[in-house]
Amino acid sequence: MSAMLELDAISAGYGETEILHGIDLHVERGEIVVIIGPNGAGKTTAMKAIFGLLNITAGAIRLAGEEITNTPPQQVVTRGVAFVPQSANVFVSLTVEENLEMGAYVSRDDPAPRIEEIFELFPPLREKRRQAAGLLSGGQRQMVAMGKALMLHPKILLLDEPTAGLSPKYRSEIFRIVQDINAAGATILMVEQNAKQALMVAHRGYVLVDGENRHSGTGRALLDDDEVARMFLGASGGASGKNDGNGGRPA
Amino acid sequence: MMAFLNFYLIPGVVLGCIYALGAIGISLTFGILRFSNFAHGDTMTLGVYITLSLVQFSGLHPLLVAPLAMVLTTGIVLGLDRTFYKPFRTSPAIMLVIASFGLMLMIRSVIQFFWGVQLQALQTGIQMPLEALLPVRFSENHLLIIGATVLLMMAVHLVLTRTKIGKAMRATSDNPELAALTGIDTEVVIRATWAMGASLAVAAGVFLGLDTHVETMMGFKLLLPMFAAAILGGIGKPYGAVAGGLVIGIAEELSAYPWIGTTPLLSPGYKGGVAFAIMVAMLIWKPQGLFRGRQF
Repeated sequence: MSAMLELDAISAGYGETEILHGIDLHVERGEIVVIIGPNGAGKTTAMKAIFGLLNITAGAIRLAGEEITNTPPQQVVTRGVAFVPQSANVFVSLTVEENLEMGAYVSRDDPAPRIEEIFELFPPLREKRRQAAGLLSGGQRQMVAMGKALMLHPKILLLDEPTAGLSPKYRSEIFRIVQDINAAGATILMVEQNAKQALMVAHRGYVLVDGENRHSGTGRALLDDDEVARMFLGASGGASGKNDGNGGRPA
Repeated sequence: MMAFLNFYLIPGVVLGCIYALGAIGISLTFGILRFSNFAHGDTMTLGVYITLSLVQFSGLHPLLVAPLAMVLTTGIVLGLDRTFYKPFRTSPAIMLVIASFGLMLMIRSVIQFFWGVQLQALQTGIQMPLEALLPVRFSENHLLIIGATVLLMMAVHLVLTRTKIGKAMRATSDNPELAALTGIDTEVVIRATWAMGASLAVAAGVFLGLDTHVETMMGFKLLLPMFAAAILGGIGKPYGAVAGGLVIGIAEELSAYPWIGTTPLLSPGYKGGVAFAIMVAMLIWKPQGLFRGRQF
């Protein structure tokens, strides 16, 4: 059986500037896979490439065996990929409920039953359903963004730094939710700056540096790898250390 | 007091209704297509002339044939969008602005070519104030204009908040990149925006034609107050445009009221300057508008 998502020697960039130089990456059905790496390593670029937002100059992207290289975003959505960008990921003047409805835009079915299911997953949203999403706290906005992406039961969910800028409490909450929706059957690929926490919930991880694969392995193996620890997890290294909740992300 | 109501406030509200309907289209176009549509006023004029021809052909009341004129004008505007704007979808906004400027001149020339430049009227005869309401002087047309505006605005509200395409329009206006990532078909949203903007512009133009007369510069003359209304309300915010339109319409009329002494505060000839002054003041001190729209 083919991987849910496969990037095969992808090179891509903006205009003339190439940012990814032949990235290989695959996500199996039911996995949580994390991409970590320093700023400018091309983590977000890789996500945008999958979503047809920038020009792929070489290589191929396959979704469940079918090639989706350079497919426009609308069609990528229709094929079952959902993307939650890092920032500006909700429609601020729409209510929570309307944001969720928009998540089901490409479907003709009544979204109401699925919205109820999303509220089961994110209980704080239920009482805010008629509030404009722009008035919510950062953590709740992130819930709206993830709920919106989950509306159509995507084959794979792409999360770009879902915990960026959140308080430690919400950060743990978001990681818990990621594990919950994964347990419910969703395949997840996420980019994270909170490397330690992310690797602890991930099945596997990739380390990108300067647009190239540097390391890959199970979350555990990466946490225990000395070089990865030195580069991204703080000098103390290893997963055995206490979670400092910051994961090396500059404030 | 009666004079204030009859000769300043009521005409101000009527004018405000006309501005408000026109400004919704300006605001939506800016929010979703991201450019200032200079051809909006002449789209309005075109709709009025189509209405005029329909009235002359059918002998019906202008308001009865206006819906058909809205549909026809929408069709023309969609054709113009495909020909003149679609090739520039990914170009910088200034190209679209210039394209709309050219289109503005072209539409007006076509109108002048086919219908001539002389003044015309949608209705003949003198409008008398309704006897039942005296001493408040409300003409039948004023009541029709205000009533129809309220109905149209309720319709706009329902479309924007109750229908899938309306919500998609608001979503696209909020964040076009996210709308595309969400799978919203931007071209469908754009067509709906043109349809709503053009229809409301035709309605506004017909109301203005009923209140005054029909001439080929009528829409162009409304362009400034409509932009002022859209900016006052916060560009990209349809409800803001409605509020802005009413404020500008009423402010223009009230500026000529003898607030101090017995002469008009501002000679009625300078009415148009009021909208301009409000627009400039907003752009300097509160460019996001009263309802936190997008900044220029």
